Amino acid sequence: MKPLLEVRDVTMRFGGLLAVSDLSFEVTPGHAHGIIGPNGAGKTTAFNIITGIYAPTAGDVLFRGESLAGQRPSNIARRGIARTFQNIRLFRDLTVLDNVRIASDAHARYALPGAMVQLPAARRAEQETITRCLDLLEKFGLGDAAYERAGDLSYGSQRRLEIARAMALQPALLLLDEPAAGMNSAETLKLVEFLGWLRDHFSVTMLLIEHHMQLVMTFCDRITVLDFGKTIAEGTAAEVRSNPKVIEAYLGPEDGHE
Amino acid sequence: MTRWFRQPPPRGVLLTLLAAGLAACFVIEQFGLVDDYVRFVLITLGINIILCVSLNLVNGWMGEFSVGHAGFMALGAYLSACVSVKWLAWGDPLWMFPLAVIGGGLLAGAVGFLLGLLSFKTRGDYLAIITLAFLMIVKSGLENIPYVGGARGFLGIGNQTTLLSTAIWTVLTLWAIRNLVYSRFGRGIVAVREDEIAANAMGVDTRKAKLAAFVVSSFFGGVAGALFAHQLQFINPSVFDLVKSTEILVMVYLGGVGSLAGSILGATAFTFLSQALQPLGTWRMVILPLLLVLLMIFRPRGIMGMREFSWFVPRREFPAKEEKK
Repeated sequence: MKPLLEVRDVTMRFGGLLAVSDLSFEVTPGHAHGIIGPNGAGKTTAFNIITGIYAPTAGDVLFRGESLAGQRPSNIARRGIARTFQNIRLFRDLTVLDNVRIASDAHARYALPGAMVQLPAARRAEQETITRCLDLLEKFGLGDAAYERAGDLSYGSQRRLEIARAMALQPALLLLDEPAAGMNSAETLKLVEFLGWLRDHFSVTMLLIEHHMQLVMTFCDRITVLDFGKTIAEGTAAEVRSNPKVIEAYLGPEDGHE
Repeated sequence: MTRWFRQPPPRGVLLTLLAAGLAACFVIEQFGLVDDYVRFVLITLGINIILCVSLNLVNGWMGEFSVGHAGFMALGAYLSACVSVKWLAWGDPLWMFPLAVIGGGLLAGAVGFLLGLLSFKTRGDYLAIITLAFLMIVKSGLENIPYVGGARGFLGIGNQTTLLSTAIWTVLTLWAIRNLVYSRFGRGIVAVREDEIAANAMGVDTRKAKLAAFVVSSFFGGVAGALFAHQLQFINPSVFDLVKSTEILVMVYLGGVGSLAGSILGATAFTFLSQALQPLGTWRMVILPLLLVLLMIFRPRGIMGMREFSWFVPRREFPAKEEKK
């Protein structure tokens, strides 16, 4: 199958710091692809390059076979790559509904003058957006909180809302930056269940950064391991687990510990 | 935005009130029911509301800091004066004056577009300094154009700003900006304020959002300037200085950022206070800023900051009435 996302020899330099070096990997449609690696390995930098926040020093990123070089982040999002952030970045002062609506607005088609004089087309589009977003929130169990301030939600709900907001873009590829951050093992188990539901229900391809080994090993179809900006291993969970380089560089000499 | 999620008003109440208000303006005007001073203050109030709500779009909803609003006012004032005094003086005021006002708005909007382009690269303090520079350029530019009277000013402008035309423009401005704020463009503008990186990642073209905010804001700033010129009948460049901009800023931060109700409240409070404090002379400019300092300490977002009077919120924004299970 043709890959949905191809990262080709991407290098990112910040002054003298080499954050990512010759990174290459492919994400197959329908897969959940994990990126693991110790702190500072360049995982989040890779995400920021894919979503257009950084322009790579060298290399290219292809989405559905087309290069994303020089594309603005908003354009990349509209093309079908949505993301969440390591430290939640919600629009905290807006309602839960408005958070989702802002992403959903990427698909609304009406012009500024039409909006300002309330043309029927603009009104209808607005109403449709609201209906669609309320539906989406319902699916994510946030229906009752739709008119609450996003910043007032509990931590877990905020994480869920951030994913719901990303899904409102109707993306083909969802990038999750440490979805299990700040969760205990029971919550993480629930998260795995939730991510499975997300993948099946929306048939979305996922690329996720995670520190939580158990989550990555059980959930991801394919795993890329980074260390110091370089890929040191790639394969299925079993392959990665038995790779001596990974064991040495990341997992430590004994099996099964983080 | 934390809103006052009470019930929306019964259908048609707001429209009826508006129609009654406009009719009252017409009747007052027609039969001269109020004296010139009251009329002057009421027209000033309308103009101040337009200025306040339009600046609020950039400084409140978008969370930027522009101090150049008096510059847009000046552009609108001078262009409309050119239209009504020099270019279309033969025209009937009934169609000529609205044209002059729209022309003033368009010129201001076009310049606002250019200023919006600068906001891509600079934000916060830096953008504030750029808008300050813009204000100085407009002022000294006008002082050096003999065609519009230079530093002496533009004389002989007709007294075309009536109570009714001011009321109509005020309502139109509030309506258009309300519609904008509750559309995808308005949410994009608010998203820029909340978190620009997240906004971009959610498909909001933040550059377009900034342009939209600046263009619409400066357009209505120009409209207010046009009304102002035809109220005073004499304008000169020094009227449109930093003090004028500051007055509008005071209204915005007094009433509340990111709020239509706040804009109206701020403009109303400012207009009446500055009239009421008139006998104090120079002390007025001590008391008003002092008020602002106290406000910033106790209510940094203004009286109605980020909140809205539910009547100004479109009906669709309210939760649908659900059937009890």
